[in-house]
Amino acid sequence: MKKLICSISLFLGMLLLSACGNSVTDQSALKNVRSSNTITWAVEGDKKLFSLIDIRDDKEKGFDIDMAKAITREILGPKGQARFTLATSQSRIPLLKNGNVDAVIATLTITPERAQVISFSKPYFQAGKSFLVPKGSKIKKPSDLNGKTVIGIVGDNSVEAVKKVAPRAKVVAMQDYGQAVSALKSHQGDALTSDNGILYGLAAQSPGSLEVTGGTYTKEPYGIAVNKNQEPFHRAINRAIDKIQKSGEYNRLIKKWFGQVPGFNYKEMYIK
Amino acid sequence: MQTWINALSWLNFGFLLKGLAVTLFISVFAIVLSFIFGSVLGIIRYAKIKFISAIVGFLIDIVRNLPLLLIIFFTYFGLPNIGLRPGAILSAIIAMTIFESSMIAEIVRSGIQSVAVGQIEGARSTGMTFVQALWHVVLPQAYRHMIPTIIGQFVSLVKDTSLATIIVVPELMQHAQVIYGQNANYIVPMFAALTLLYFIVCFSLSVIGNRLNKRLA
Amino acid sequence: MIRIFNNFSSQLVSGFGWTILSSLLTLIFSLIFGVLIALLEVIPNKAANKIGRIYVEIFRNIPLLIIVMFFYLIVPKYFVKIDGFTAGTIGLFLYTSAFIAEIIRSGIQSVSQGQMEGARSTGMTYKQAMRYVVLPQAFKIVIPPLGNQFVNLIKDSSILAFVAGFDLMYQANAIASVTFDTINSYFVIGVLYIIITMPLSYYMQYLEKKMA
Repeated sequence: MKKLICSISLFLGMLLLSACGNSVTDQSALKNVRSSNTITWAVEGDKKLFSLIDIRDDKEKGFDIDMAKAITREILGPKGQARFTLATSQSRIPLLKNGNVDAVIATLTITPERAQVISFSKPYFQAGKSFLVPKGSKIKKPSDLNGKTVIGIVGDNSVEAVKKVAPRAKVVAMQDYGQAVSALKSHQGDALTSDNGILYGLAAQSPGSLEVTGGTYTKEPYGIAVNKNQEPFHRAINRAIDKIQKSGEYNRLIKKWFGQVPGFNYKEMYIK
Repeated sequence: MQTWINALSWLNFGFLLKGLAVTLFISVFAIVLSFIFGSVLGIIRYAKIKFISAIVGFLIDIVRNLPLLLIIFFTYFGLPNIGLRPGAILSAIIAMTIFESSMIAEIVRSGIQSVAVGQIEGARSTGMTFVQALWHVVLPQAYRHMIPTIIGQFVSLVKDTSLATIIVVPELMQHAQVIYGQNANYIVPMFAALTLLYFIVCFSLSVIGNRLNKRLA
Repeated sequence: MIRIFNNFSSQLVSGFGWTILSSLLTLIFSLIFGVLIALLEVIPNKAANKIGRIYVEIFRNIPLLIIVMFFYLIVPKYFVKIDGFTAGTIGLFLYTSAFIAEIIRSGIQSVSQGQMEGARSTGMTYKQAMRYVVLPQAFKIVIPPLGNQFVNLIKDSSILAFVAGFDLMYQANAIASVTFDTINSYFVIGVLYIIITMPLSYYMQYLEKKMA
């Protein structure tokens, strides 16, 4: 009995701790990044074209990474440091909300649900959901997936999206894209669904065995996420995106990363 | 065969070894820290100090009855809430230390208990204080008995560092995932390499433990 | 936290169910297999001893995650298709068997010496002596460590989250990615894990004390 009471009171104590612990994210992020001259970004490491770890030098490379560096330069000046914390689709929002990072740039789609808990910048990339299937697969359109197993990613909104176009599909969520592609190749699912830009990158990593199919079935504008109530930092990021798009740097980055992707019309992405 | 040669090229193998270095780094820190904290906590729990022992004991029981994955999540996402911003590696070290300390504490407590019966009274009747009796008589014997169990726990610790991939710690398992994530054909060679590398580390730790045990016994 | 309990009760219940199911299946099969491996290690046959030993050393010295991933990613690619829950449970089974074998072996060896000879001298065969004299006593000694292994097994079953095995940890990931409330989502399943593991480990401590 004594142990029981003891345990209950301890749980309450821990609960209190977890409930009132959200205060760090209330400090001004803009002031913090200015004083440390560093912006800590949550990025992913398994998305070719957007953000992929290069085995040769252990550094992340891709469109998201270059955008993050450009935005950091705009906000903090040429000496500003961009530091990258690797995230998975699942951990990118928790990392921001709990204060591990200042901002997220990780192929994060702007959705109303997410906008309730974090603030999005203006869209910096227009993607759409599509399917990755083994070459020669009979799956041509989203409705073909009814009764099939679809692989998604934990924390990615594709899990909900696919239920809308193929209600009778079974969705299994994997931890990251590396696992998801391995699972697809191991026939743990019939298709992998995610954003077209990411899927083209995955297809390019497995030439001849995987292909993107079925066009796009949703619109997925990517935004940079910062915490709620960080208006000055939020505005600074939007201003930086504007500048990068106007100066032509944005189009150069689009061409650099998407110019060589077969089946992807990168010129549609240009800002005129 | 060509796949294996490509998969385990110097570049990829070097990347794996970098991961192994991080695994070892985390393991060594967590082993040393959890040995110290675990011993202290275990002794406190055994010593039956009013309230303190009960509270320490209860916290130990909570932690060691939770999956390590949860402790990792709580550490990584919880610490920034109290104003700290440890990176993934440091978070992994802290989480492993918290979890393994609780496991070691329990081993230490039951280890002391199994030799202490009668010993403490005997030592105290020669005029030693409780602390002296514990330090000079009971602990040396208890630790000699505990070596195999503690080493076994450290082997588990090394293996469990692989769970830190969930918060993207650049350790051995995660680096292997990066490689086979970028080229799915390399998955079998990568698993072979992973198995071998973990086995070598863990098995050598077991062998060292056995040697130590024989020498002290 | 209460909100998560209310809004996601069906996911939590199903996660709880899958966690228990996987743990129980693993426990039953690895008890049987673990005893077999332990017997291999103690019977008077050098080759069998070696095989048992090698099994135990291999599976005790590689991470569970690798074994589980092997069954989820590699086995379906080259052999048969198995889903995440099955792959995870098979991995848990092979891994836990090695630990159970080690516990049972040390149990058998701690009673073996005099008992075995005594039983043989009354005319029993090796098999009979093992079955009726040694094993029953060994089981009694090993109940507390076996119980602790079961607690470890329940905790280890959270590995299913890596292979979409629908267990508690997987559900918590899913809940956290909908509610964006990480700490509380994990806190809720932490309570659920504690509900299973804590009474069990207290009971084992009690047994240990009673036997000492």
